[in-house]
Amino acid sequence: MTGIPWAVERRPDTGVTNATLGLWLFLAAEVMFFGSLVSAYALLRSGADGWPVQREVVRLPLGILDTLLLLGATAATLRASRALHTGATASYRGWTGAALALGAAFLGASALEWAGLVARGQVPSASLFAGLYFTLTASHAVHLLGALAVSGYLLGPGAGLARLEPARYAHRIAVTAVYWQFVTAVWLVLVVLLYLL
Amino acid sequence: MVRKYLFSSDHKVVGLQYALASLLFLLVGFGLILIIRWQLAYPGIPLPLVGGWFGEANAPGGIVLPEFYNQLSGMHGTIMVFLAVVPLAVGAFGNYLVPLQIGAPDMAFPRLNRASFQLYLLGGIIMLVSFAAPGGAAGSGWTSYPPLAVLATEGQTLWLAGMFFVIVSAMLGSVNMITTIVQLRAPGLTWFRLPFFVWSQLVTAFLLLLAFPPLQAAAVLQGMDRLAGTGFFMPTGLVVGGEVLARSGGGSPLLWQHLFWFLAHPEVYVLILPPLGIVAEVLANNARKPLWGYRLMVYAILVLGFLSLIVWAHHMYLTGMSAVLSGFFQATTLIISIPSVIVLSSLVLSLHGGSIRFTTPMLFALAFLPMFGIGGLTGLPLGLASTDIPLHDTNYVVGHFHYVVAPGTMFALFAGIYHWYPRVTGRLLDDWLGRVHFAGSLVCMNVIFWPMLVQGLAGVNRRLYDGGLQYALAQDVLGLNVPMWLGAVGLGLFQLPFIVNVFGSPWFGRVAGRNPWDATTLEWSAAPATVEGAAFQGPQVFRPAYEYSVPGAPHDFLPQDAPGEAR
Repeated sequence: MTGIPWAVERRPDTGVTNATLGLWLFLAAEVMFFGSLVSAYALLRSGADGWPVQREVVRLPLGILDTLLLLGATAATLRASRALHTGATASYRGWTGAALALGAAFLGASALEWAGLVARGQVPSASLFAGLYFTLTASHAVHLLGALAVSGYLLGPGAGLARLEPARYAHRIAVTAVYWQFVTAVWLVLVVLLYLL
Repeated sequence: MVRKYLFSSDHKVVGLQYALASLLFLLVGFGLILIIRWQLAYPGIPLPLVGGWFGEANAPGGIVLPEFYNQLSGMHGTIMVFLAVVPLAVGAFGNYLVPLQIGAPDMAFPRLNRASFQLYLLGGIIMLVSFAAPGGAAGSGWTSYPPLAVLATEGQTLWLAGMFFVIVSAMLGSVNMITTIVQLRAPGLTWFRLPFFVWSQLVTAFLLLLAFPPLQAAAVLQGMDRLAGTGFFMPTGLVVGGEVLARSGGGSPLLWQHLFWFLAHPEVYVLILPPLGIVAEVLANNARKPLWGYRLMVYAILVLGFLSLIVWAHHMYLTGMSAVLSGFFQATTLIISIPSVIVLSSLVLSLHGGSIRFTTPMLFALAFLPMFGIGGLTGLPLGLASTDIPLHDTNYVVGHFHYVVAPGTMFALFAGIYHWYPRVTGRLLDDWLGRVHFAGSLVCMNVIFWPMLVQGLAGVNRRLYDGGLQYALAQDVLGLNVPMWLGAVGLGLFQLPFIVNVFGSPWFGRVAGRNPWDATTLEWSAAPATVEGAAFQGPQVFRPAYEYSVPGAPHDFLPQDAPGEAR
C-alpha cells in the first residue's frame, strides 16, 4: 500500500484528517438510519388506535441505570483519549478497561430488560410498541457492540500500532471516542422516546 | 496472483472487480428479460431452447408459471438497479477513475474499499442463491411493497438480507469516495478545476450516503415483520384468501413506501449522475472544446442532488395523499427538471463550434443526449398527479424509466468503457466491432422501449403475466409484443461483438499510447502501470480540466499537469 496523505496530519485547506471526515460522514448516514426508525415510531404511534403507557410496560429504573452506565462509559473513553494524548499509557489502559466494562454492563442491563419483557408476554409481536422497543434497542445495541469491538481491538490485538506509529494510534483512539459519544447520544434519544414519552 | 487480483486493496483492482462483477450481473438481469419478453409475446407457449432449465416448479414443460414470472420481473429490477448499473457506474468507474483524475495515490481508505466490494459481492450472491430457496426468489417486485412482501415466501427474506449487505457496501463506499475527493486532491487541483466526472461522483456519493440508510431501516423493519411477527407494515384486519389474518397489525403499508422511495428516488439520480459525468468527459474530449457552462453544470447537479431528496412521493400519487402534500411534491418534481435541463443543454451547447471526432465512445455519448432527453420528457406527465393517475402502473412508466437507464445510462457507461479501456489495458477497443455494437444496440433498444410508451398510453397495465391477452384495453396494441421480443433478442445478439471486443482486445487490440485521445485530465498523464509499493509522487495541477483548443497553445490540448502559464 502506498502512503495515503492526511491520515494523521490535518490537510491545511480542509482542516481535517481523512479519518475525522470519514467518521463524520459515517455518522451522517447513521443519523439517517436512526432518524428513519424514529420517524417510523412517530408515524406508527400517531396513527395507532391506542398506545400503552410505556413506563408500565418497560422498567424505568433499568432505563435510568442503562443511561448512567453509558454516560460513564463515554466519559471513560474521553478520559482514555486525553490520557493517551499526554503519554499516560497506563491511565489510558485503565480508562479504556473501565469503558469496556461499563459498556458490557449496559448490554447486560438491556438483556435483563428484554428477558423481563419476554417473561411478561411483551414479545415483539405483542404490540407495535413492543416491536418498536425491541427493534430500536437492538439496533442500538449492535452499534454499541461495534464500539466495544473497536475499543477492545485497539486495546488488545491492535495495540502494536501504539509503538510503531504513536500519533496514528492516538488519532484512532480519538476518533473512536467520537463514535462512543454518538452511540450515547442515540441512546439518550431512545430513552426519551421509549421510556419517558 | 490470488493476493494481487482477488484480495488487493488497490483502487484500480477493486474497480475492475466491480466492473467484472457488475457486467456479469448485467448479463444475468438481461437474461431474465429474455424469458419475460418471450412469455409476453407468446403467453402459454413453451420457451424455446431453454425451456427445460428451470424445473417443474417454475416452468413445467417450458411454460412459465405466474409465480415464476413474478420472480423474474422483481429480480430483473433488483439486479439491474442495485447489482448491475449502480455498481458499474459508481463502484467500477468511480473507484478506478476518481483517484486517477484527482492525482491521488489511492482511495482514502483502501482496505475499506476492498471490504465494500466484498460486501456487495456477498449481497449479490445471496440474491442469486435466493432463486433456489423454497418458493423461489423474491416475487414482490423490486419495490417489495408490503403487505404482499411480508406474506411472501422465503425468497423475500433473502432479498432483505442481500439488500442489507448491498446497502452497507454502498454506505462505506460513499464515505470513502467523499473523503477521497475532499482530502486527496493533488496540489493545485482546486474545486473548480475538478473534472465534471469527479463532481458527479461526489454528488452521487452524498445521495447514496444519505438516502440508503432509510431503506436499511425499512429492511430491518420488514425483516422484523417477517421473522418476529411484528406488524409495522401490516394493517389491522387484513383479509387474505377470504380470512382475516391473525396478526398484531396496527401498522402502515404506506410507511414502507415512504421509506423505500426516500431511497429509490435519489437512487434514480445515482443512476444518471455518473453517466452525465462520463458523457461530459467524452464530449469535451471529442469536440475539442471546453465544456460549455462548466460552473453552471456543477451548480446544477448540486441543486439536483438536494432536490432529489424531496421529490419521492411523486411515486405515490395513487395512495390518497392530501392535495397539499401532492401539490408540494408536484412542485418539487417539476422544479427538479430545471437543473436536469441545464446540464443536458450545456452538453448540447458544448458541441457548438467544435471540431467533432466521431470516435466510438463519442457515438455512444451523442446518442445518449436525445435518448436521455426522451426519458426525461416522458417523465413530465408522470410528475403531475392529474396525468400520472391514468398512466400510473402502465407500460408507459416502464418505457419512461427504461429510456432513462437503458439507452441513457447504459449508453453513457458504454461510452465510458470505450473511452477508458486504453487507460486500463493499454490497448484500444476495435472500432468496427464498436460501431456494430453501437448501431445495433441503438436500433434494438428503441424497438423495445418505444412500443412500451404506446402500449402504456393505450392503458396496458405493466404487471400482466400474459402480455395483455385477456385485457380489453390491450387488444389493439397486443401485436407490439412480438417486435419487442425480437428487439430483445437482437439487443442480446448485438452485445456479442462487445463481449468479444472487451475480452479479445487485451491481446489483439491496437496498442494505445499513453494518451490516445489527446485528453487533458490527469488519468492520462499518470504512468499507465503504477507499481504497487512504489513511492507515490502526486502531480502538480496548473489549470482547469478542459483546456482544449486554447488559442496560441502549441497543441490543441493542454494537460492539467503540464507546466506553463496558469489560468
